[in-house]
Amino acid sequence: MGATLVEKIFSSRCGKEIEAGDVVMAAVDRAMIHDITGPLAVQKFREMNGNVVFDPARIVMLFDHQVPADSIQAAENQKFMREFALRQGIHNYDLREGVCHQVVLEKGHAAPGEIVVGSDSHTCTYGAAGAFATGIGSTDMGFVLRFGALYFRVPDSIRVEVNGAFAPRVGAKDLILDIAGSIGADGATYQALEFTGETFASMPMPGRMTCANMAIEMGAKAGIVPPDAITWKYLKGRRPDLKPFALESDEDATYAEWREFDATGLVPKVAVPHNVDNVVDVEEVAGTHIDQVFIGSCTNGRYEDFVEAAEVLGNRTFSDDVRVILIPASRDEYLKTLRAGLIERFVEAGALVEAPCCGPCMGGAFGLLAPGEVSLSTSNRNFRGRQGSTEAEVYLCSAATAAASAIYGEITDPREVE
Amino acid sequence: MMRIWKFGDDIDTDAIIPGRYLTEYDPKKLAEHVFEGTRDDFRAGVQEGDVLVAGRNFGCGSSREHAPLALLGAGVKVVVAESFARIFYRNAVNTGLLPLICPEAGALVEGHEAVVDIADGYIESDGVRHATEAVPPFMQEIVDAGGLVEYAKNMKEVELCTGSHR
Repeated sequence: MGATLVEKIFSSRCGKEIEAGDVVMAAVDRAMIHDITGPLAVQKFREMNGNVVFDPARIVMLFDHQVPADSIQAAENQKFMREFALRQGIHNYDLREGVCHQVVLEKGHAAPGEIVVGSDSHTCTYGAAGAFATGIGSTDMGFVLRFGALYFRVPDSIRVEVNGAFAPRVGAKDLILDIAGSIGADGATYQALEFTGETFASMPMPGRMTCANMAIEMGAKAGIVPPDAITWKYLKGRRPDLKPFALESDEDATYAEWREFDATGLVPKVAVPHNVDNVVDVEEVAGTHIDQVFIGSCTNGRYEDFVEAAEVLGNRTFSDDVRVILIPASRDEYLKTLRAGLIERFVEAGALVEAPCCGPCMGGAFGLLAPGEVSLSTSNRNFRGRQGSTEAEVYLCSAATAAASAIYGEITDPREVE
Repeated sequence: MMRIWKFGDDIDTDAIIPGRYLTEYDPKKLAEHVFEGTRDDFRAGVQEGDVLVAGRNFGCGSSREHAPLALLGAGVKVVVAESFARIFYRNAVNTGLLPLICPEAGALVEGHEAVVDIADGYIESDGVRHATEAVPPFMQEIVDAGGLVEYAKNMKEVELCTGSHR
């Protein structure tokens, strides 16, 4: 019987046939911990009588949620993690590199066929590189730090097949919002999304990251793009230890569901408060007043997103009525954007550009909203209270829609900006 | 006898404990902010042993284990829902908060008294028993141990790729 990509990854790991529904204790290739969920994971590791971590070289540590430390308690947590890394011989990127999911990928810590866990729900982003990657809690992470393995219930897969080419100023974020709106916030619970079709086959890595990132917003355990020439090109130089190999689902693999989407004719999409699957065409909410625009996060904080925003912005300035906050997702993405002259253009136009971090996305550090305020954000969640007050509203969109809206101070269809 | 606190669908972990309190790890201190801004009467009125009853997809969103910890700190030991988000479900089992799936959770009424029978798998309220699903066998061992820490702390090593049971 044929196997899905995810079944193949687990079968390969265990050297025997593993099917969806099986529960296996599987070794992990990498474990990622950060400043928010890391301290509790370390505490749990110790409570499990952990003394020495399973393999320091397989652990990735960095700080991105509350950096630079925004409170004494955050500073204490980061100090605690630094000391743990030092004692255990774990490489700690500290606050230098940026948002965890971007950094894990750009430093080559996830590759086709690998099993990666992170104590953060958006760990599913690494499916963009053909890895099976999933978010876990701190106690599970404590177990992983101790034993280098974890129980997995191998998920069955929903095949998401997308064909067609995007219209100008429409892209991966609009597509994944469309998919989330269709599948629903719990439509893929305990399942994996396998992203296929000609649209994904020709999609560059940044778009694949955007889509895999939001698999969790449908309840999925993982989102995975079959590795191909684009994947291996991205990994060249990042993973000199690997030679390209084939990894794809069998033609007769069994899927829980097979969903088809068309990129042709897709229009800019917006997720309206307060659920990610509450998705409408931009024209339905055009004209909605906004107080803040955030372009950044692990979903859409890459160089390509800033190129998209700059192309819409042109020589205009942002509305004086809007606080525009731009945060590149990593140091590398920041430098690319900087060297292309885009940072200068954004600052001239009136934006605040912050150093790489999660920023307003999770409402922990800065850029919080007051009651009654409205945010338009390229991040991944619009839950009530996500970016500050529970009486504020968050809308989600692409970088192009965010830039167009920031110019006019209201939600604007980017296709209508000349 | 426990009292029912009723919630709707898609209750996310940001609602259970907002992002700005995640530098804290103590369940009692987290409980001071549980459902802050989204359901303030819960924090004020919840009693030790009360049961939280919700609709679909309880605990969706962030993987923050602060969410089950905040509920435990508030005295809740059982959450009954039509369905749970994956990471929350697992975090709950790992930290000793029992998540029970109950397809008829919608029939339970806010403020009414209820009894949960874990062994026989039901929640009873207003004289009606509603069946609850046991956790999967591999997680039952963790529940029986009182959480993943208790389950794992005397383990010396793990046996890889064993236990391929459905």
